[in-house]
Amino acid sequence: MCTYQTEIVAVQGSGKGVATWFPVTTATVYFDHPQHAAAEHTLNVDFLNPERGPTARLAVELTAASARALAEAILASLPPD
Amino acid sequence: MPHVADALTAETIRIAGHDGDEIGAYLAEPIGDGPFGGVVVIHHMPGWDRWSKEVTRTFAAAGYLAICPNLHEREGKGAGPDDSAAAVRAAGGVPDERLVGDVDAAAHDLRSLPSSNGKLGVIGYCSGGRQSFLAACKLPFDAAVDCYGAGVVGTPPPQAPFTFVPLIGLSPDLSCPLLGLFGAEDRFPSPDQTAELDAELTRLGKAHEFHTYDGAGHAFFCVDRPSYRVEPALDGWARIWEWFGRHLSS
Repeated sequence: MCTYQTEIVAVQGSGKGVATWFPVTTATVYFDHPQHAAAEHTLNVDFLNPERGPTARLAVELTAASARALAEAILASLPPD
Repeated sequence: MPHVADALTAETIRIAGHDGDEIGAYLAEPIGDGPFGGVVVIHHMPGWDRWSKEVTRTFAAAGYLAICPNLHEREGKGAGPDDSAAAVRAAGGVPDERLVGDVDAAAHDLRSLPSSNGKLGVIGYCSGGRQSFLAACKLPFDAAVDCYGAGVVGTPPPQAPFTFVPLIGLSPDLSCPLLGLFGAEDRFPSPDQTAELDAELTRLGKAHEFHTYDGAGHAFFCVDRPSYRVEPALDGWARIWEWFGRHLSS
């Protein structure tokens, strides 16, 4: 399948690319074909800074089980609002 | 000079795409005087990548002029295909009007080659499958192939890009015979959706031929991905050769 469905989230923070850190302003989240991971579909997250161009991107492609485990770990790590 | 099987040249050229925007296009030509039919190759959603260029060369090796425009160049700004594809996704996808303009420009370049026989086909994979159908409805082609293109039929899913509008309403304008190659395990497009398109084209008297492969999902032609399925891919290629051989010969 090719879902085309994409969640786009405005975020604040920083990410480290190949060369250096950069401010992250946008995250896209989608369950679709990976570019690299050895699976037919993965949960893909791109941390972006569109103002700095398309190479200002941190990309991860995780299996569905890995993504769920990560999401739970993130929620468990955060202090209450 | 007659064409020698598998002999070709390939290079990246610059073409004037939609609105005159200069974009890259991968051009592969059989070596020989021709005349040759031509094929516009529309790359898949992962971008203007190595596999897409390999497909373009495959057509040239088989005796077709072939060109694959970089639909992600504007957002990619020189980045690699993966970063460019991510930028396009974040921007909401390739606008349909721009796609038609870029394909029209690529088609014009192919037809203007001295070795062209004037016949032109279009083929696309994944998002390019939908775009192949779109181009064949908006532009004059002699044959088209839709490889598992989603979004021709059906209601766009939530969070779909703004460009993802159904195209089945354009069916009366389909300019050429359409070959459809799909996977039975695909959900986008689902077998029900391709059956709906099949029925609509039959109702309209539009020449078409659809094949849906058991044991295959989306992207079964992609040799560099886990979705590759050798038997459907080999059968699909055989049907492509027969289709273009029938409709693009002099």
